[in-house]
Amino acid sequence: MTNNTLLKPSRPVGIVGYGAYVPRYRIPAKEIARVWAGGKASGLPVKEKAVPGLDEDVITMSIEAARNAMARAQIAPSQLRAIWVGSESHPYAVKPTSTVVGEAIGAVPHIQAGDWEFACKAGTEAMVAAMGFVGSGMAEYAMAIGMDTAQGKPGDALEYTAAAGGAAFVIGPAENSLAVINASYSYVTDTPDFWRREYQRYPEHGVRFTGEPAYFNHITSSAKTLMQELGLTAKDYTWAVFHQPNTKFPQRAAQMLGFTPEQIAPGLLVPLIGNTYSGASIIGLTAILDIARPGDRILLASFGSGAGSDAFDIVVTEKILERAGLATRTQEYIARRTEIDYATYARFRDKITMK
Amino acid sequence: MEIPRHWRLKKQRYALVGEVCPHCDYKIFPPRDVCPNCGDEAKTLYTFSGRGEVFSYTTIYEAPTGFDSMAPYTVALIKLEEGPMVTAQLTDLGDQPVEIGMPVEMVTRKMRNDGDERGVIVYGYKFRRRV
Ligand SMILES: [Zn+2]
Repeated sequence: MTNNTLLKPSRPVGIVGYGAYVPRYRIPAKEIARVWAGGKASGLPVKEKAVPGLDEDVITMSIEAARNAMARAQIAPSQLRAIWVGSESHPYAVKPTSTVVGEAIGAVPHIQAGDWEFACKAGTEAMVAAMGFVGSGMAEYAMAIGMDTAQGKPGDALEYTAAAGGAAFVIGPAENSLAVINASYSYVTDTPDFWRREYQRYPEHGVRFTGEPAYFNHITSSAKTLMQELGLTAKDYTWAVFHQPNTKFPQRAAQMLGFTPEQIAPGLLVPLIGNTYSGASIIGLTAILDIARPGDRILLASFGSGAGSDAFDIVVTEKILERAGLATRTQEYIARRTEIDYATYARFRDKITMK
Repeated sequence: MEIPRHWRLKKQRYALVGEVCPHCDYKIFPPRDVCPNCGDEAKTLYTFSGRGEVFSYTTIYEAPTGFDSMAPYTVALIKLEEGPMVTAQLTDLGDQPVEIGMPVEMVTRKMRNDGDERGVIVYGYKFRRRV
């Protein structure tokens, strides 16, 4: 029977390998508040955020996450038939990120490559495409990456959270997967909550518009519909992970959908690394996979401004036991931490202009 | 602008792709097509593990053009697990000191812009303390 709501490939697919990356530098929110808000210490959206080093960008970070995903997938790079990188901070305006990543992991030249853009859900959009690519039988394996080095305008509310990090996934046949993706569902409308025009360095946002009509409407609609169509409720899931632009939004979305704080705890990384934009929901998924047991059921729901949400129903298999330990775990990256002050942050993020 | 050279060297720079001698199994980096051990032809590609240790190091404060935006930085001689010695920048040092014999691993990072901010970005291997 065909379901016209869910996306469900005719050939079962799943996650064969996954890999995360978080740069090592952290700026505490209270340090940003010291500079811009007179040291205000309460009501800050996160504890601290991850900042990339001077020699890092979405290309270098994607390469490291991709290497981790390949280490867990245990396949030859030549078996990949696509590398798709979703980001809103690709280093070039014109010249793909994906070709450099493909070259670095040895997956070129017989491959599809492309960069995806849909604010913070470009990475999960690439995952859905990879499901279709593998699910149709056109490809055995495809890699989808969501990675960002988000820029917050100095002094803007988003500067507390705009962070760097993300994750890579090798999507392949279910029989070789460490987690099977049963189905996905996407909910998309034209909503002007957040944007960046060409040649502009920093994004603009519709302040009060970002909550109810954008984030909450889309993320709860995608997750609710996915669960309804599959005949599931929050109680059927071991874990859930949502796009996390700050600490409160995913907590409230979880509550609205009937999930407990325990179910979202391992995937809620935003208090310690900030909002990694295209990486935010999926790096949470990597932290869950790091601790998951065979049979665990996971709900993943991303959100991208503009706006849309992709929801996935994922069930962990026995293969997680042999593969989770084959690359650096997400919490190990988070534990690798060097605190920096606002001046160093301003230098690292190129906020000091010389001309 | 040195675009052709950057392009030609990309495999060895992005992923430490060198060569292995088919006659004596000697691992070669950078690739030179002739085995320095037995003198025979050696063109078989070999991807190094990227693991090694710091043999010696120095910190650069007055950096050459193109690298000045990253100064100060530390350059090291790295003894690779497979044998060869490579010169490379250390990165992600944070506030911990570098030590001789420190285990390191290869990462691909931005080396510099070729020209100014309008030029091509050059990526290549650096090493960091093993995570
Ligand atoms: Zn030889």
